[in-house]
Amino acid sequence: MTYIFDLLRGKPEDSDYKKKPVIVQGMTGKFGSEHTKSMIEYGTNIAAGVVPGKGGQKFEGVPIFETVKEAVDATGTKISIMFVPAKFFLGAAKEALEAGIKLLVAIPEHVPVRDTMELLELAKKNDAIIIGPNTPGVIIPELIKIGIMPAIPFKAGNIVVLSKSGTLLYEISDALSEGGFGQAITLGIGGDPINGTRLIDAFDMVKDIPDLVGMVIVGEIGGDAEEVLAQQIIDSNFKKPVVAYIAGRSAPKEKRMGHAGAIVYGNYGSAESKVLMFNKANIPVAKRPIEVPILLAGKLQQSND
Amino acid sequence: MRLLEYQAKELFKEFGIRIPPSLASKDIEQGRKDAKELGFPFVIKIQVPVGGRGKAGGIQKCHNEDEFELKYPQVLGLTIKGEKARAILLEKMAEIKKELYLSLFLNRGKRCYTIIASADGGVEIESDKSQIIREVGLGKVEEDVARDVAKEMKLEGKSADDLVEILQKLSKLTIEKETELVEINPLVILDDDSLMALDGKVITDDNSNFRHEELQKYQEKSEIEERAEKSGFSLVELDGNIAVVGNGAGLVMSTLDMLSDNGGKPACFLDVGGGATPESVYEALTLISKMDKVKGILVNLYGGIVKTTIVASAFVKAYEKNLIDLPVFTRLKGVESDKAKEMLKDTKTKMFDTVEQAINAAVLGIKK
Repeated sequence: MTYIFDLLRGKPEDSDYKKKPVIVQGMTGKFGSEHTKSMIEYGTNIAAGVVPGKGGQKFEGVPIFETVKEAVDATGTKISIMFVPAKFFLGAAKEALEAGIKLLVAIPEHVPVRDTMELLELAKKNDAIIIGPNTPGVIIPELIKIGIMPAIPFKAGNIVVLSKSGTLLYEISDALSEGGFGQAITLGIGGDPINGTRLIDAFDMVKDIPDLVGMVIVGEIGGDAEEVLAQQIIDSNFKKPVVAYIAGRSAPKEKRMGHAGAIVYGNYGSAESKVLMFNKANIPVAKRPIEVPILLAGKLQQSND
Repeated sequence: MRLLEYQAKELFKEFGIRIPPSLASKDIEQGRKDAKELGFPFVIKIQVPVGGRGKAGGIQKCHNEDEFELKYPQVLGLTIKGEKARAILLEKMAEIKKELYLSLFLNRGKRCYTIIASADGGVEIESDKSQIIREVGLGKVEEDVARDVAKEMKLEGKSADDLVEILQKLSKLTIEKETELVEINPLVILDDDSLMALDGKVITDDNSNFRHEELQKYQEKSEIEERAEKSGFSLVELDGNIAVVGNGAGLVMSTLDMLSDNGGKPACFLDVGGGATPESVYEALTLISKMDKVKGILVNLYGGIVKTTIVASAFVKAYEKNLIDLPVFTRLKGVESDKAKEMLKDTKTKMFDTVEQAINAAVLGIKK
């Protein structure tokens, strides 16, 4: 497992320590341009853009290239964030991995699952990490933001937040920040049925952070990512406080609730099944987002006693 | 997209999976013609996108014209788990020796397709302990894998050969139509040891719809759902009277949960989506105004990609044009929320600092 902090932050001996270059595929589109500005404003080192047909131009002073290969050659980047329509996703994502990208943050929604699965086979071969699709991205607060999240909810600290949902990630991180729990990293895995980085993969990426104080899992109905993670937490004997939240308890069965992945078939994907497994792993599940910092404080208290 | 049984069976037929003779109709006139063509006796099967049809009386044997005249309208008039009949399938009965179960589904945790088979088919697959499970990557089932499954199901001779063939055809269907699930429950062994699909369930990946023009005829959407999709937001109609609007599927689900916990009844789930504009949110409010059951609107926004002012400006316009005259309970936070609050200050929207306060006010303010 690639240590995600090596990619996002680097090591003190790196010449680009704490300013790792990032490229943006689809930099000049409506979302691409808006979020490029917002990431630059946050301090992310946006080194290049890739827009076929616009190579040689600049956006916000950042050079644009025709292909990912050219952008990688010019900047030495290993990270790309994609704003490409779902129909063109697979082609653009493959291009990125073939050009040597090792961390691909895939923002687009509505990507067919077959395309995601095909991409994951290539990612496995190339030892690359895909976050998403349909993800808000990843942020190390006050250091680097690769995603579409607003800056306000996030404060630097020692809590990890992993979430399927974007807005709930903001909401809960906000509540945590207000409650004095800053974040070491927060990562959206995305609301699709197939995730490049599953909850369990994200857990493996962050569980050994040296100063980690606790972890928050923001799940929702659909699939069994939460159950698998709970089992992993039991099996790996992970001792730091973990608190969860599950959205969609009141959703009807067999209806897709906004996210392609948010659908319950029988008991598969139900909130009850997830809560049951979290309880088994001794992980309290908040009924409301606002309860998350309270439960986390409780768990911390317990582990200090 | 979840296909109805008769639609799933049309696909089965296309891929060469054997099904009993059957005909689908939407009214009794067509049904009478179908009955004549098929010949008595047969089974009348309601076509609804939910399970549990048998228990609800949606599957009836029919032996003659008198029974037909009585039972066809009965079955057509049923509502099962809130779903009205979309069609009626008349189907010849088969002489069954044994029921089996077979499916190929998208295993999300493992990120691959998975075969589930069982020699004891029938009603409750989830409770069945003797399942045979095989992971098959992107969905391709090689002959030796299929042969292995047949063997484990203890099938022999003709039955085993048929299973191998059916499983490979299911695999082809899965790959070509981009399904999340193809299920035959039951798959039956007939008197001559051949196999036949008595029921069919197919769920396709909605995100691949753009590659499947040929499946569009199966798309069954209400006018409201269709308009929602066109404008780029998601809307799921529910039974209650408070419309729940927000940005982000997770946040809206969370709001539904909290509203339900406090005794409120959601009328719909409406996620304005990441690409919301004042126009699309105005369209969303137009759709809500068309739902008679809605007595109030609960809005929960965390501004990020979607600035809260985008939503606020749609509300301001909706008030100006008298589109809505419902009580609105709003909680705004995040990007540009101060500006949004200022915009809505002189409207009928009641503003709250926390979602809890907005929910409590909505539950109290909207009586039944």
